[in-house]
Amino acid sequence: MSTRLPEGGRLLDRSQPLDFTFDGKRLHGLAGDTLASALLAEGQMLLGRSFKYHRPRGLVASGAEEPNALVGLGEGAFFEPNQRATVTELHDGLTAISQNRWPSLEADVGAVNSLLTRFLPAGFYYKTFLWPRAFWKHVYEPFIRASAGLGRPPKEPDGSTYEHFHAHADLVVIGGGVSGLATALAAAREGRQVLLMEQSAHWGGRAVVDAPEIDGMPAETWVKNAIEELGNAPNVRMRLRCMGAGLYDHGYLLAYERLTDHAPGTPGPRHRLWRIRAAETRLATGALERPLSFAGNDVPGVMLASAMRDYLVNWAISPGDRTVVVTNNDDAYRTALALHTAGLSVPVIVDARPEVTGALPKAARDAGIRVEPGRAIVKVEGGKRVTGVEIGLQRGEGGALERIACEAVAMSGGWSPAVHLWSHSGGKLTWDEAGAMFRPDAARPPLGDKGQPIASVVGAANGHLGTGAALADAGLPLEAREPEEQPLAPVWIMPEGAGPALKRKMFLDYQNDVKVSDVQLAAREGYESVEHAKRYTTLGMATDQGKLSNINGLAVLSGALNAAIPATGTTTFRPPYTPISMGSIAGAARGPLFQPIRQTPIHGWHAAHGAIWEPVGQWRRPYAYLQPGEDRHAAVTREVKAVRQSLGLLDASTLGKIIVKGPDAGRFLDMIYTGKPSTIPVGKCRYGLVCNENGFLIDDGVAARLSEDTWLCHTTTGGAESIHGHMEDWLQCEWWDWQVYTANVTEAWAQVAVVGPKAREVLETLGGMDVSKEALPFMGWAEGELAGIPARIFRISFSGELSYEVAVPAARGLELWETLVEAGAPHGVTPYGTEAMHVLRAEKGYVMIGEETDGTVIPQDLNLGWAISKKKDDYIGKRAQERSHMAGADRWRLVGLEAEDGSTLPEGAYILADGDNANGQRNTQGRVTSTYHSPTFGRGIAMALLHRGPERMGETVEVTNGAGGAIRARVCDTVLYDPQGERLNG
Amino acid sequence: MAETSVFEVPGAMVLLRGDHEAIGEAAAHVAGLPMPETRQITGGAERALAWMSPDEILILAAEGAGPGMARALGEKLTGVHHLALDVSDMRVRLRVTGPYVREVLAKLSPADLAPGALPEGEFRRSRLGQVPAAFWVSGPDSFDVICFRSVAGYLRELLEHSAAAGPVGHF
Repeated sequence: MSTRLPEGGRLLDRSQPLDFTFDGKRLHGLAGDTLASALLAEGQMLLGRSFKYHRPRGLVASGAEEPNALVGLGEGAFFEPNQRATVTELHDGLTAISQNRWPSLEADVGAVNSLLTRFLPAGFYYKTFLWPRAFWKHVYEPFIRASAGLGRPPKEPDGSTYEHFHAHADLVVIGGGVSGLATALAAAREGRQVLLMEQSAHWGGRAVVDAPEIDGMPAETWVKNAIEELGNAPNVRMRLRCMGAGLYDHGYLLAYERLTDHAPGTPGPRHRLWRIRAAETRLATGALERPLSFAGNDVPGVMLASAMRDYLVNWAISPGDRTVVVTNNDDAYRTALALHTAGLSVPVIVDARPEVTGALPKAARDAGIRVEPGRAIVKVEGGKRVTGVEIGLQRGEGGALERIACEAVAMSGGWSPAVHLWSHSGGKLTWDEAGAMFRPDAARPPLGDKGQPIASVVGAANGHLGTGAALADAGLPLEAREPEEQPLAPVWIMPEGAGPALKRKMFLDYQNDVKVSDVQLAAREGYESVEHAKRYTTLGMATDQGKLSNINGLAVLSGALNAAIPATGTTTFRPPYTPISMGSIAGAARGPLFQPIRQTPIHGWHAAHGAIWEPVGQWRRPYAYLQPGEDRHAAVTREVKAVRQSLGLLDASTLGKIIVKGPDAGRFLDMIYTGKPSTIPVGKCRYGLVCNENGFLIDDGVAARLSEDTWLCHTTTGGAESIHGHMEDWLQCEWWDWQVYTANVTEAWAQVAVVGPKAREVLETLGGMDVSKEALPFMGWAEGELAGIPARIFRISFSGELSYEVAVPAARGLELWETLVEAGAPHGVTPYGTEAMHVLRAEKGYVMIGEETDGTVIPQDLNLGWAISKKKDDYIGKRAQERSHMAGADRWRLVGLEAEDGSTLPEGAYILADGDNANGQRNTQGRVTSTYHSPTFGRGIAMALLHRGPERMGETVEVTNGAGGAIRARVCDTVLYDPQGERLNG
Repeated sequence: MAETSVFEVPGAMVLLRGDHEAIGEAAAHVAGLPMPETRQITGGAERALAWMSPDEILILAAEGAGPGMARALGEKLTGVHHLALDVSDMRVRLRVTGPYVREVLAKLSPADLAPGALPEGEFRRSRLGQVPAAFWVSGPDSFDVICFRSVAGYLRELLEHSAAAGPVGHF
């Protein structure tokens, strides 16, 4: 059983006990503990169950690479699954629950999967669930979902807040171990602006645990001095608990700062996502120790040797009375010596190398520790906890020479540089034969916009594992006193000749339950590419991203393929380095700030008068105004009737308004529109269509000529920005020598449509402008002061009724609206929303961009040929519209539809044709584009695109009813209301 | 935590598009200020001239001055290809003041807000959160921000949210 030793623990504050719970059990830790160390101190070695086989799992590592100890943290709105116990700083009242077990950690039903490992090999899902197809949805998936998966998703909205922060940096140093500190010191002394970050809560990295002597002082003292110097430098910024998460093209760097995870309840954001533009990034990200692949290497109690040393030195944890050390290198002897010094027993050091002669082994032997060269752990005994190991020959097939009882195993398979960020941004790796590791290839760095390197790597991350070598590599050559180390021996399978039974218990990827046998099977089945083998077996997927499993896995694959490791290559490391919270990605963009809601100057009035909203782009427009007791259908009916019978008001402020001015403005607009705006007289308006270069209709609206060289172009609400962009695109890229300026002044104006038979009367009561039939005829406009407000009045109509659109400076929009509401009261003035607007225009047969058009419709399809000038040589879209298929009659074209039973046809319904297509689907000959219940006619009305539609007036067609049946409808004219247009003049 | 405040600054805005060589003199005359260099702003809190793009400048002036100024520009520039418009109502000008105002903005904008990178006199067009915005130093611990009118409510709330979350301690 693991326990806390009475002395030691360099990070502990023994005067500050902390209470926490694990699976509801009350436990005690100390200030300075991580959740992992506190659990070990309480003897809790079993922390979870594995993903696939539900094998009992305990801590393997002490840092970000931990694959097993994933827990759910917090409660309610602050619950978060899949958190690593090793990087979770303990705080008072912390609550943690284990994952992937049912009904409990100790008695897990899913563990039966473990007995079935022979039937759950690599590619099992692919092989088994191909057939029958229906079984996947109804049988396999529910079963897998119930028994697999990691943490449960939170049930409540996240109670914490998050933020982004943008920074621009000269030099960012990632990693606060001695290499990172040395790099930062050297750069700071040269006067560079440095941002230094460290993912954990402490500076110093491994050196403070392994304790070499640096520059004549203990590592801990050197680190303390370095922090002080950097802290006092005005050109250095330092961040703890801040992880370099991803390095991208051109030096874009994402860093993830955890601000209050260690102190919940502190005001302010929980996480901060740094979005950094770095001229140069130096990676001092250190190295990760590799496991060894022996049978039972996943039994709780088997740990990385360095992690065991961390727990002992930092947190005074005894992993158990007796620890067997197994290694292929000298570094692991440090763990044996540390355990021995702490008064714990190391029965044997099992070293796979045939000869062991280094300084550290000598120190171990001098301390009386038994060292066994050329040996291997054949298998680990124990289920939920290590009880002993069988030892045999590394060269052998697994015959046990000896059994040794122990409570823990410390393993070391060598070290792999943490090259993740280098690889994220495209840096290449090279295989270091002597160190048996991939290290960054300085000749092939990630490049910036000018082809310059954007990142470099220093220290252990660059393959310099010794302290002295790392410091020199970081640009601060200082004397370091540390024992000389002998080379490691690459060991990928232990023992070398192990048979299938042992290989099935040798875990390469703990998190994804991938074993040596799985990778070898993948190779036998033809998955020779490391990327294919990764996906087939799931090796190194998900949060691991190759941290523990990568090198061992691809070495086993290379062995199976009889290829050299560099020929097999490595899989791609993908950002983030370790998972970052979804909240940090969202930042402030949640709740009311999720996205900007554009509001007109009259928005507040609408809200106060029962408006229900329709999103139009980022605008919110009133869909209808509900009066007490009304549903939306009743409100729309009332609004439509009021407009037809008396007076309605529509907030049309969102309509796009683009000023086009210049000597070439007329010529330019003749190209933008299908018609000829250049011939509009000053004081008049004209309806126009805008097409793209493929001929398709993209916008429509009324253009008014303001003066000899100035036009005001109205666009649809959604088209303001895109049509302005379209105009600028053509002006800047194609006709750059034309003298035209444009300005999108949509938001400078509030615009109110005053609509209905009483429209003129109410404007006359306001006074100030002559709005008579003679002074302001249909499609005319005038400027003046209406009710004391500067105004432009346009005589245009989108309803078929007498209608004026009054534009006033936006700041006075509400004043105009309220004046109209008051003046219109005797006529029962009725504000109406977008739905009534739609019904009114559909009754009149006016088309709507986005309803009658969908990006594949040309004006001719909508019978709008009259709006296309025949006199012009060219306009955008003209040539496309002359292509044979566009110009032919064999197209779906606009008609009206009237259901025989008077009902309202379903939105988007298809018009059926005879027979089936090649896929066995019913043939179609058109579709409904707009459909409404018309209060004016007391029945459903619709517009539709129908094959050769206008030639088929009076015909009866069948329209899908959305339930497998059909509705019979008659083809009719689109203009149902006032076909002669008499009402437009009031 | 020291207070950050966000409030609206009333005033007129006049848009002027044209070749800077051709319109510079008229703009400087009407505004009573020197023409700004690329990405600069001249003048002060009451009246300013801002560089918007290679063919656009913006005049900021006292409330109500917009129509007169646009007219005056039109007269001065008779015969010169240009576009002068009173757009006083099109945008909203906010002032953000507080000890860590640069960090309040840097949480929302990818522009470099370090004092050395965005000194007084610099006029930066960028974005804040999800909307386009321009901002410049308007005093000690103070920035002025302009955005489109329809999103002023969003931006104000976003700036207040960003300020309430506290300083980063980076600048």
